[in-house]
Amino acid sequence: MRFEVKVEVSPREGIANPEGSTIERALPALGFVTAGNVRVGKVIHLQVDADSAADAKSLVEDMCNRFLSNPVIEDALVEVREG
Amino acid sequence: MSCRVGVVRFPGTNCEFDTVDAIHSLGGEAEVLWHGDSSLKNVDAVVIPGGFAHGDYLRCGAIAKFSPIMESINSFAKEGGPVLGICNGFQVLTEAELLPGALQKNAGMKFLCSMQRIDFVSTSNVLGRHAKAGDRLRIPINHFEGNYVCSPEVLNQLEEENRVVFRYVDNPNGSIADIAGICNAEGNVVGMMPHPERATSPLLGSTDGTTLIQSLLIA
Amino acid sequence: MSPAPEDASVHRALGLSDDEYQRIHGLLDRHPNHLELAMYSVMWSEHCSYKSSKIHLKRLPTEAPWVLVGPGENAGVIDVGDDIAVAIRIESHNHPSAIEPYQGAATGVGGILRDIFTMGARPIAVMDPLRFGPLDDPRSRWIAEGVVSGVSGYGNSVGVPTVGGEIVFDETYKGNPLVNVLAMGVLPSERLVLGQASGIGNLAVLLGASTGRDGIGGVSVLASAGFGESSEDADKRPSVQVGDPFEEKRLLEACLELLDEGLVTGIQDLGGAGITCATSETASRGGAGMDVDVTAIHAREENMEPVELMTSESQERMLAIVEPKDLTRVIEISSRWEIEASVIGRVTDNGQLRVLNGFDGEVLASLPASTLHDDAPEYDRPLAPPRDLTERRSKDASQGSADCVNDLLSLLRDPAWVYSQYDHQLFLNTVVGPGNDGTLLRLRHPRTGEETGRGIALSTDGNHRWCHVDPRQGTAMIVAEAVMNIACVGAYPLAVVNCLNFGNPEHPEVMWQLSEAVDGMTEACIAFNAPVVGGNVSLYNETNAVDIAPTPVVGVIGMHPSLSVPPPVIGLPTDASLLVLGQVPEADVSMAGTQWAWEIGGCKDGTLPTFDLAQAVRTAAFIADAVQRQRLVAVHDVGEGGLAVAAAEMAIDSGVGAQINYHNDHISMFNESGGRVLAVVQDELLDAFMTDASEHEVPVREIGRTGGSSLTFGAEITVPLNDLENACRNELPEALGRGTISA
Repeated sequence: MRFEVKVEVSPREGIANPEGSTIERALPALGFVTAGNVRVGKVIHLQVDADSAADAKSLVEDMCNRFLSNPVIEDALVEVREG
Repeated sequence: MSCRVGVVRFPGTNCEFDTVDAIHSLGGEAEVLWHGDSSLKNVDAVVIPGGFAHGDYLRCGAIAKFSPIMESINSFAKEGGPVLGICNGFQVLTEAELLPGALQKNAGMKFLCSMQRIDFVSTSNVLGRHAKAGDRLRIPINHFEGNYVCSPEVLNQLEEENRVVFRYVDNPNGSIADIAGICNAEGNVVGMMPHPERATSPLLGSTDGTTLIQSLLIA
Repeated sequence: MSPAPEDASVHRALGLSDDEYQRIHGLLDRHPNHLELAMYSVMWSEHCSYKSSKIHLKRLPTEAPWVLVGPGENAGVIDVGDDIAVAIRIESHNHPSAIEPYQGAATGVGGILRDIFTMGARPIAVMDPLRFGPLDDPRSRWIAEGVVSGVSGYGNSVGVPTVGGEIVFDETYKGNPLVNVLAMGVLPSERLVLGQASGIGNLAVLLGASTGRDGIGGVSVLASAGFGESSEDADKRPSVQVGDPFEEKRLLEACLELLDEGLVTGIQDLGGAGITCATSETASRGGAGMDVDVTAIHAREENMEPVELMTSESQERMLAIVEPKDLTRVIEISSRWEIEASVIGRVTDNGQLRVLNGFDGEVLASLPASTLHDDAPEYDRPLAPPRDLTERRSKDASQGSADCVNDLLSLLRDPAWVYSQYDHQLFLNTVVGPGNDGTLLRLRHPRTGEETGRGIALSTDGNHRWCHVDPRQGTAMIVAEAVMNIACVGAYPLAVVNCLNFGNPEHPEVMWQLSEAVDGMTEACIAFNAPVVGGNVSLYNETNAVDIAPTPVVGVIGMHPSLSVPPPVIGLPTDASLLVLGQVPEADVSMAGTQWAWEIGGCKDGTLPTFDLAQAVRTAAFIADAVQRQRLVAVHDVGEGGLAVAAAEMAIDSGVGAQINYHNDHISMFNESGGRVLAVVQDELLDAFMTDASEHEVPVREIGRTGGSSLTFGAEITVPLNDLENACRNELPEALGRGTISA
């Protein structure tokens, strides 16, 4: 079966996120004074063939650990739906 | 004795010939190693030079670590062979887990190309043969992702084991503990963001990089 | 072939006039079909054909014994000795950058690099003269920030250092920024290749990125129209292309390898007008024809129409002409660099460019290849000076309230915020980098890396204020300034490239400005013996029907014949005499066209100060010689902001002040009379230097002593160095965001 997978890669809690901080510093200047804790990550969309959603998920999680994210600084969240 | 240095070329690498030129100008021999080959051609040391291996897509160094040459470099390093990663090469070494930590975007969110003052902190590694701790060098940086990060435990370990090789005098990128370069526990693998090959001629404004490359040549 | 369109709305929608349609009809002796019309439309666009400017450009001097390739090819090429040739070109990417600053600038860099390696040269330097609206305009700041990021993002990644340029902010560029990019490359003289297709049966191989729907008709839409309000801009957005520096880097390395192994007989980059331009240009230059199979083009999207494939401006593509026996090796090298290669064409002997649906399939278009270039219309558009020229010239630009200290502080700007984002050191050639007068690079042999003991100097210059006041003399003055800049690093000029940024050519005043600028450039290039080897014309730079101030930009390339030590710095030493060399105006001083008059005094007109071109030639030669012989301790060109700004920049650079005796009013401090240089000579050599200067008919005047922690002018004006430094260094970071973490 074909599955649509969305991988959300975000900076790990406690790791500085210069992109997020830069946006956070800019927001008040535009009048958005109530926003905070801005973090910038990335989203990767892909399709995989697998026997089940669970298989697809574990396959992509393996990809994340080895390639799509850097566990030193990033967390990855994998979402699977049937394609 | 003459030392042969292998300089790795990934698609997107751009400092490979500068590194070769600097090695030649200091009397060493250099050999460009293609990322897709697994042979290190019996070189005595390896440099992973600066540039944008695989366009720096996904993350700097993330795709490069899967090239055939990296497996050989891994074994070479494990056997004690001298390996120097400069800039993008440092990023590749962290992605390949030959060095701990990671390099993320500069705190100022800008690419930075400028002359920097750095202090030699630890000389017990392949770059330190002609130096003593405390030496101050002028060597340029040229990066967007040079902001070194690691966990507090790793930082502690680096400090305790005297593995911080260089620190910035004026931290340009937000690196933790002003770190500009580190080495592995054995001191044979060094990663640094500044470009020593760009400080090898009076015409270029500094010759402070020569001691580092010379040290590698007799390693 | 599909039936001919009869409806005039078809060719008009493609940007062709009724006269141009008739011309095509005459050339083909029949009605063209839609595909053919589209091909003529892109090739006869202003961008590709220079139809409005060609008649004037012909007046420029283009020849010298060292010129190997002049205007008309992808890049100019000059012989610099030791079997080394240098390829150089400048281009604009103004309109794309106004819509999508990052990608506009990025693809501008990519395009010009392909022009350089098309000639067989490895690109080793980029310069970027940039002009934006005022810093207090948020959109202009957004454009400036995006453009600088785009140049940085693409240039650094593709691996070519950006070694200099300019950054100018002015009301005239609000809504219409000028993004010009100059690139230079070196090649072994024997590797020089031209973009031509010859050898019947040879193959045209398309290399690089796949062809998508991006940039369809870009040259006729983006490059040839001004901008109105935002709703129209939205329609133009699909034409914007996205650059991929990693693809370009692999393409560059692959092409240089093909050239090194002698596997191509001709090569051409794909820029404006895409495959139509590359196939027809190579064919007509080689006196041949070409059959193009549209089904062989590797496409990014499905179901692309032939017209889309033929006119797409997708980036990072090249067309190589290859002998059939070499094809296997060409594909091998391409795949090693992960570059796609498809045989899309065959060289024929009939002079026709035929577009086919499969090599043996239906003929979709057939036209004489040369008509797309050689028969493009050429317009002698009406030109006229502004009606109120006399009145404008009679104005006194020195009026206005002057507060010399604050005026000086407001005229200072350190461009480091820009160039620190560019890799300006790659290839280990940069002896003098950005932020100085001229750029100076070591000249090394492109094949062996051996040093020649010589240097190549570059400078780009433009000045819309001078050119607004007097496009002819203003243009002569910018050529002189560029030459003076490279003289300050010890070089004499070899050649000039130009980027002519003007408004709407349908306005007679704009055509007059263009014509005058060409004449001024001609005079100066002849005087400096530096022919024009290439150029680019960017017209329709206007916003809401208001033309930009005329902005010709020149790039000057020069030679430092004996480079063993770095040239003198800008910074002042302590306790030495400060000299001004060159034209010393007394009676003919004018504030017209100065930065002071525009930004502080509020007058944009008047008459430019007298400019003595022959004197500028003598001064530049004298300075270059003095630098080569290491007789100067410090040197700096006097340009925008006049003597006071030049002196302040020297003081800031080294943290050493100066006492300047003569200059204590805004006219003497900020006038911009051309052809002047500030210099410092060691005291013990001063007398000999003065004698030498007078023998060479170069006026020198001692204007003060260096030292102290402030800059003083006469008895009344004193500015502490700290104030100068803060004013200079903080402006851009504060306006555009800090690039380094603050301490």
